[in-house]
Amino acid sequence: MTMSEVTGAKALFLALEAVGVEHIFGIPGGAILPAYDPLIDSTVKHILCRHEQGAAHAADGYAQASGKVGVCMATSGPGATNLITGLASSFMDSIPVVAITGQVPRPAMGYDAFQESDITGIAGPVTKHTFLVMEPDDIAQTIAEAFHIAGTGRPGPVLVDIPKDVLQAKFEYKPAGPVDLPGYQPTTKPNQRQIVEAAKLMASATRPVLYAGGGIIKAGASEELVKLAEMTGIPVVTTLMARGVIPDSHELCLGMPGMHGNYTAVTALQRSDLLIGIGPRFDDRVTGKLASFAPDAKIIHADIDPAEISKNRKADVPIVGDAKAVLTELIKVIESRRGKDPVPDYSAWLETVTGWRNAYPYRYTQTQDGPLKPQYVVERIAALTEGNAIYCSGVGQHQMWGSQFIPFRRPRTWINSGGSGAMGFGVPAAMGAKVAMPDDEVWCIDGDGCFQMTCQELATMAVEKIPIKIAILNNAFLGMVRQWQELFYSERYSEVEFGWDIPDYVKLAEAYGCIGLRVESMDEVDAAIEKARGVNDRPVVIDFRCDKGEMCYPMVAAGSSNDDIILGPEFERDEPVEHEQGDHLYGDDEEHGN
Amino acid sequence: MKHTIAVLVENKPGVLARVSGLFARRGFNIHSLAVGTTESPNVSRMTIVVDLPERPLEHVTKQVYKLINVLKVIELEAGSSVERELMLIKIRAVAEVRARIIELADVFRGKVIDVGTDSMTIEITGSPEKIQAFEDLVAVYGIIELVKSGRVALGRGSKSIKDRQLRVAG
Ligand SMILES: Cc1ncc(C[n+]2csc(CCOP(=O)(O)OP(=O)(O)O)c2C)c(N)n1
Ligand SMILES: [Mg+2]
Repeated sequence: MTMSEVTGAKALFLALEAVGVEHIFGIPGGAILPAYDPLIDSTVKHILCRHEQGAAHAADGYAQASGKVGVCMATSGPGATNLITGLASSFMDSIPVVAITGQVPRPAMGYDAFQESDITGIAGPVTKHTFLVMEPDDIAQTIAEAFHIAGTGRPGPVLVDIPKDVLQAKFEYKPAGPVDLPGYQPTTKPNQRQIVEAAKLMASATRPVLYAGGGIIKAGASEELVKLAEMTGIPVVTTLMARGVIPDSHELCLGMPGMHGNYTAVTALQRSDLLIGIGPRFDDRVTGKLASFAPDAKIIHADIDPAEISKNRKADVPIVGDAKAVLTELIKVIESRRGKDPVPDYSAWLETVTGWRNAYPYRYTQTQDGPLKPQYVVERIAALTEGNAIYCSGVGQHQMWGSQFIPFRRPRTWINSGGSGAMGFGVPAAMGAKVAMPDDEVWCIDGDGCFQMTCQELATMAVEKIPIKIAILNNAFLGMVRQWQELFYSERYSEVEFGWDIPDYVKLAEAYGCIGLRVESMDEVDAAIEKARGVNDRPVVIDFRCDKGEMCYPMVAAGSSNDDIILGPEFERDEPVEHEQGDHLYGDDEEHGN
Repeated sequence: MKHTIAVLVENKPGVLARVSGLFARRGFNIHSLAVGTTESPNVSRMTIVVDLPERPLEHVTKQVYKLINVLKVIELEAGSSVERELMLIKIRAVAEVRARIIELADVFRGKVIDVGTDSMTIEITGSPEKIQAFEDLVAVYGIIELVKSGRVALGRGSKSIKDRQLRVAG
């Protein structure tokens, strides 16, 4: 070897260091083995996971919490295919992740070699791009391109597949040159004419709503969003992927719309005459039956991905651009048009909205002796952490309760598998979030079903001393599925009951070197949360044994119109409500129940 | 409704799979697809005829354009472009009917490119309608097999696809 001669594997790490990678989540194996040797001497820290799905979700959580590109690594064949669920989730939510996979040596490719799989073919439909690196010379440039693609424009996962003999080959290393991708030039600067059109529509609307989507988080444009809302007085709904872009305590924040969103957010969209969508997807979980969604509304739709605009709902004013640039320009144009445009008066609209807000808050009833309500647990976690933690979630009822009952204060604090809805996301994503933001308190609001899909990462976190807190809202059921069977299959429950007791979550936690706690009644809740908050050297798992039959409301049934939102039994009873949750305030020390 | 689109792609392994996979998973129905090299060695050109009963073509072009290896996507509208297809057709042709088939081929400016003891293969190029007309005419003799290239198309006039702007919203 000459001085600058390196192996492909070494080149890989030089390239990863060059793009600023600090952490990789992964598991080694045959084809990727050469990469694990230079890793020892690299500044990149590797977190040895227990399942590649965990590694992929961890990279996602890492990226969502920090805005940096998350990285995961796996061997060929099963290692690589185990990443797919995670990559698919990152793809649906536009999360920047780079996955590095080993491939069988070049001469063996195409011959069904041991642990060969066409991972670039398999991952293609669920990634922003895939690379197969066939020459060691291409490693550095490909890594630079992969990170550029993952992190710019509409972010997303990129997979880089490298055959083993490419990793082993020795060659003269040259760092990557500038990235030049003729087929990839995302538009970030919005068209000024469209911005003016948008401003005019806003001035003439009477019932406008800002429909804030995940694009605002990616663009780091929360401040601009709040500014636009405040200067115009237009209320804001925040989708599952945009919770926290405006604090829930803000008087203009109406909270989450959608299938389990609150009445006010859902109905404000429905009744509006102008929707200003900034980085949302008009996803079916938000629109309900598309044909009857916001029937009177004109649509302004801003997105960095032109393919999102008018995909589901035709936009009257399409704006292609980065959310921060769009909001900044909109603010400028509205300011400059002051005096030209009529001064809009939204007061009647805001009054209507406030009326709904007072009449139809999220509601549940926790009594002193009754079963523990999952909503109460979420509220107490939010209150005791003062909304300052990073909260991750699985998929199901617990996820919706988390989104409903945590009053978010800032972006990047509600981390979900939104578009994909991948059960098992929560625990590894929380691990990734904690690695990215070690000074933040990280909570995973999980379901008993979800937890069991990826809980082996407890071992990773116990060994690596990654002290997250996991609140299992243990309702002994695949609750969300149970809910659908109760409502739409005449209470014929089929294959949804797990039971409270198996596994014993406390023992399971302990077996993994974590702390396990169990809470069975309302007055044990705060103490357990505080105890968990005091632990800083390992994960804590709290088994909150919750009401097995609790339903998540409001609900817009799949395929129904948002007009047919079901408020649930809390709004049908005659007797006075014992404990009503309406305001999103902290430090609420009022007695719960009686 | 059928549309003809021209797609310029980087000439890299797997690009065809990326494009055709995208069409399949988004439910864009491919009527025909032809691909080949171009005047630039690192650029290939696809001509895709897509059948879209319900969606606007924009849905397709914007998704295709997102593929990293895709350089350009253009619709070639019938009035402002020329389109050709090539067909090789093997016809059952016993001695008595050969003259008649050759006559028909002449009318369509086709060429006899192979003759067997009781078959003839004709090469014919033209608009998809012309090719279809020939196929219908010779069907009575018995078609043993045929192959079509899929449509290829170029815009009329002196401009190149590279001079045209992609239509995107905004
Ligand atoms: C990987 C995966 N499998 C199946 C589903 C379908 N599914 C959605 S929610 C749900 C139940 C989740 O149960 P649990 O984690 O206990 O949450 P709960 O709804 O009870 O709060 C299921 C099975 C899914 N979203 N993801
Ligand atoms: Mg459950």
